[in-house]
Amino acid sequence: MNTEILGIIAMFVAALVLALPLGIYIAKVYGGEKTLLDPVFNPIEKIFYKISGINPSKEMNWKEHMVAMLTINLVWFLLGMAILMTQQWLPLNPDKNPNMSPDLAFNTTISFVVNCNLQHYSGETGMSYLGQMWLMFLQFVSAGTGLAAAAILFKVFREKTTDKLGNFYEFLIKSCTRILLPVSFIVALLLVFSGTPMTFEGKDQITSLQGDTVNVSTGPAAAFIAIKHVGTNGGGFFGVNSAHPFENPNYFTNMVEMVAQLIIPLAMIFAFGYFIRRKKFSWMIFGVMTVGFLLLTIPNINMEMNGNPAISAMGIDNSLGATEGKEIRFGAAATGFWSIVTTVISTGSVNAMHDSTMPLSGMNELLAMMVNAFYGGCGVGLLNFFIFIILAVFISGLMVGRTPEFMGKKIEAREMKIAMIIALLHPFLILVGTALATAFPEHGASTLNNPGFHGFSEILYEYTSSAANNGSGFEGLGDNNLWWNITTGFVLILGRFLPIIGPIAIAGFLANKKYIPEGNGTLKTDTATFGLMVFAVIAIIAALSFFPALTLGPIAEYFSMK
Amino acid sequence: MKSDNKSLFQKDLLNEAFKHSFVKLNPKLMFRNPVMFTVEIGTAVMFVVSLWTLFGATNQGSFGYNFSVFLILLLTLLFANFAEAIAEARGKAQADSLRKTREETPARLENGQIISSSQLKKGDVFICEAGDAIATDGEIIEGLATIDESAITGESAPVIRESGGDKSSVTGGTKVLSDKIKVKVTTEPGESFLDKMIALVEGASRQKTPNEIALTILLAGFTLVFIIVTVTLKPFADYANAPITIASFIALFVCLIPTTIGGLLSAIGIAGMDRALRANVITKSGKAVETAGDIDVLLLDKTGTITIGNRKATHFYPANTIDEKQLIRAAVLSSMSDDTPEGKSIIELAGVNPLSFQVDEPHFIQFSAETRSSGIDFKNTRIRKGSTDAIRNIVEKADNVFPKEIEEKVKEISSNGGTPLVVSENEKALGVIELQDIIKPGIQERFERLRKMGIKTVMVTGDNPLTAKFIAEKAGVDDFIAEAKPEDKMNYIKKEQAEGRLVAMMGDGTNDAPALAQADVGVAMNSGTQAAKEAGNMVDLDNDPTKLIEVVEIGKQLLMTRGTLTTFSIANDVAKYFAIIPALFITAIPALQSLNIMNLSSPQSAILSAVIFNAIIIPFLIPLALKGVAYKPIGASALLRRSLFIYGLGGVIVPFIGIKLIDIVVSLFI
Repeated sequence: MNTEILGIIAMFVAALVLALPLGIYIAKVYGGEKTLLDPVFNPIEKIFYKISGINPSKEMNWKEHMVAMLTINLVWFLLGMAILMTQQWLPLNPDKNPNMSPDLAFNTTISFVVNCNLQHYSGETGMSYLGQMWLMFLQFVSAGTGLAAAAILFKVFREKTTDKLGNFYEFLIKSCTRILLPVSFIVALLLVFSGTPMTFEGKDQITSLQGDTVNVSTGPAAAFIAIKHVGTNGGGFFGVNSAHPFENPNYFTNMVEMVAQLIIPLAMIFAFGYFIRRKKFSWMIFGVMTVGFLLLTIPNINMEMNGNPAISAMGIDNSLGATEGKEIRFGAAATGFWSIVTTVISTGSVNAMHDSTMPLSGMNELLAMMVNAFYGGCGVGLLNFFIFIILAVFISGLMVGRTPEFMGKKIEAREMKIAMIIALLHPFLILVGTALATAFPEHGASTLNNPGFHGFSEILYEYTSSAANNGSGFEGLGDNNLWWNITTGFVLILGRFLPIIGPIAIAGFLANKKYIPEGNGTLKTDTATFGLMVFAVIAIIAALSFFPALTLGPIAEYFSMK
Repeated sequence: MKSDNKSLFQKDLLNEAFKHSFVKLNPKLMFRNPVMFTVEIGTAVMFVVSLWTLFGATNQGSFGYNFSVFLILLLTLLFANFAEAIAEARGKAQADSLRKTREETPARLENGQIISSSQLKKGDVFICEAGDAIATDGEIIEGLATIDESAITGESAPVIRESGGDKSSVTGGTKVLSDKIKVKVTTEPGESFLDKMIALVEGASRQKTPNEIALTILLAGFTLVFIIVTVTLKPFADYANAPITIASFIALFVCLIPTTIGGLLSAIGIAGMDRALRANVITKSGKAVETAGDIDVLLLDKTGTITIGNRKATHFYPANTIDEKQLIRAAVLSSMSDDTPEGKSIIELAGVNPLSFQVDEPHFIQFSAETRSSGIDFKNTRIRKGSTDAIRNIVEKADNVFPKEIEEKVKEISSNGGTPLVVSENEKALGVIELQDIIKPGIQERFERLRKMGIKTVMVTGDNPLTAKFIAEKAGVDDFIAEAKPEDKMNYIKKEQAEGRLVAMMGDGTNDAPALAQADVGVAMNSGTQAAKEAGNMVDLDNDPTKLIEVVEIGKQLLMTRGTLTTFSIANDVAKYFAIIPALFITAIPALQSLNIMNLSSPQSAILSAVIFNAIIIPFLIPLALKGVAYKPIGASALLRRSLFIYGLGGVIVPFIGIKLIDIVVSLFI
């Protein structure tokens, strides 16, 4: 048991230790400072700029940034639809997988463009290698989009008053080439060495001891799985994601994948502080996020390790923890840990069935996505957190008798309006989506595998995962049909782009405002006190909006089990 | 502000506020406040549901229960209206007591005609003699008088007002004690600052301040969140086979939206202006009070604010070759026409009657900011007295040597905080007069308090830099502007503003007007010129230069009261959830009894208790909203910790206790 806990601590500490220098490196990349990898990437990037006619030194204001982001994302989406709907006829399809239906292609492309990877298909039977590679490309650029958006935020708070906020395409390309690519490369190598396949050959045939022939799916999986975690995407190469023996062969790869998904969200926190030259501010963010993370993780590990009381009641030995739906090679503790890491960060890869976790573990997984700002996805986690900071700054500014200001910029009605809309959006998408699915049982409830509270949790989880751009599934939901593909598709789009545009708009407005130097009466935002305030705002907004829904799902299930 | 604890709820005010609470139920008026407007809609719905149950509906609970919910919601609205009404009533009462001083008074026009004060128009000129009450606000255009302003300021010592100069304004309702003045009316009837202030308080022309707007957006956002939460709960509950009554939905919604702060928000704003008025400061807008809380830099005149009254002459120091008597004679002669307190103190120190000197055809030279010297010319004698630089200029222009010992004495005096005045006769320096300042007792503590609030204090003085520095250090101000000309103030304000700071200043003279207008908070003294009063955004009736400190605290209190009550209101929701959510589902899902951690007796009593708590917390908090949260200059982080502890943690705990207690009572009846 202690070994299991030690394993978890090792994963977290390793991620943190690697994230600190990586954060400084990221800050240098966005700041245009010299880095070790310049000689490798400078020429490559030059080729990109030349082909596309982009002038990376042309600085954009926040609106130009957002137009660039939406345009390039639209291009990716259209290309993706085209490829997935015609993959049967295109090359690199050794397993002869069919074309995708329009609604599934819509859902799949959207969910990869928005860094969610909801996956209403199974990789083995639903996707050609070309399709997989296009999705892998999207995994890079969607993570890059999030990182580039966060870089705009960095830029705003480094300058005093400006509307020159760097070039979006430069941020995007650098994010992909200099940050995501090198880290993914290392992760992919570690996976290949541990047995994950990396091939363009079709299914392998094995003859079992009984003499049956078994077809085993392979493919260019290692590269895919690396970026799936590094880019906090979460979409698996195979249907069952990181529970699959090829995607996640052993405890070591489990650790690698855990570190891989933690590392960039953590590094971005430190990159922020380094970039704006307020390292203490980074530690405040890290502190708040980590407290939230631990409050969700520790109970989960505990509950999963203690096992299911209903099974104990049947007189079955439960000493290995709640093993239903879990892979024995990872164990209950590491699975509990994974379930929260993958939901606080918007990865959404799974190494077990979340459907089978204990009721309150399921609630914590839901809460992690409802908050969506304890670490959060590549870049977007910080943007979500920024909204909570704005709300906390506003209320606490009033409490100390000063009109609220953040980093020397006054927070006024316009900023509050945007912050409130973004804060509202998440509960709106989740609750309204779930309400529609329950109000029309012919679409929602009829596709459930489980009745009652657990079934309700399945619906709630699907929309929460979509709105949070997480992509993990509670599963137990027949989700490849018109209803789920279309509704979650729209939730995905709204849940992705508005929470990027909102914070960037606020930042853009703030960037134009007069800078007010810090005085004695200014509320310091890099203190534990302010951290507590941010935490309270997050806890209250998440708890207050979702408490009734959680009551009817996991909480009711939990009390009914007693 | 200490005195009004007792008078917080006077009987006549209560009556008026009570009446207004009903008038304000008008949806048109309610619409201004989105939070309470949604409560009003909920109340209306509950009224319909009550009638529905009365006429046969069976699935919504009893008529008594539904009607109780309706009544409590109505009470919630009335309480919120009452808070606003009592704040208005108090503000009005305060303004009225000021206005009483200016009831109909006869005014004698120049042509001898006597008309009532209400008939006076802007530009009219009237005459006041000893014993007359001044009919309305105006500016003295001729004469000088001692005036009793105690009706306005409460200060019994009479003040002198005279034409020209910076003390030419008179206020309606004050009394002339001696002499005769001609006064020109400066405002149209009904448009004086006080009238405008009363209109602000009464709500007719009250506009939401920027911060109030931002807070309203936040509260409206929370309201929307809970609309979503409540509406989506309907299909959720149906899915779980746990039907919810309309009363429960509305109770849940009303309890969750921030009604506490929503109901008290406008009362807090009005109370802020009212507190300013109680401090005898008339504000021209609510925004000015709010801005005052944000002030970073405070410009204060040295004289009267930092030092008591004026400098006094303490020594004569003649040059080496000059006899002290010659210096004293020249000093006294040059001060003959100098009415400033400094000039008088020179004659006082000399102890000789200036008229004892033989002077033929004297010609007096008045002090001007440009020459920085004054004096007297007669026959072949030209005596000047002024700042070192000015006299040195005169001396050196005539190719005379400015004595070294004078130079040294000047430095010595300056570095001791004194002000040196150099005297010259026929372009030869005779010696130095030392003037000394007396710093007000207790002023250091006030500046220390300001520093802790994060406000930089700047002393403005005409003194030379050395003197200014000495006094600045002794008084504990952070910066000073020495040898200040009017435009220096302006430039300083602009410089600070360009760096993003908010600047407040106090002034009275016409030449202060541009700076008063430029400053973010400009407080004009009531005794000051009309131009100054027009330019500033506040008028201090007491003419007290340290009033700015109070104004800043009032502004901070205003924001803090909003912030803490918002926090309290939102924190309350935790307990309300634990009261209402189990109550909604317990019947259908008995397992959820474990969520009923307060152990409330029945679903209906739980819901009633939550709604009752939600209603009565408003009147409980009215005194706090009116008095404001106490501001303590302990640094922003410490203040936040304190507020979070009291209003955040308190806001979580108090309703648990409150709802439980109410439930114990309510369960006796159902």
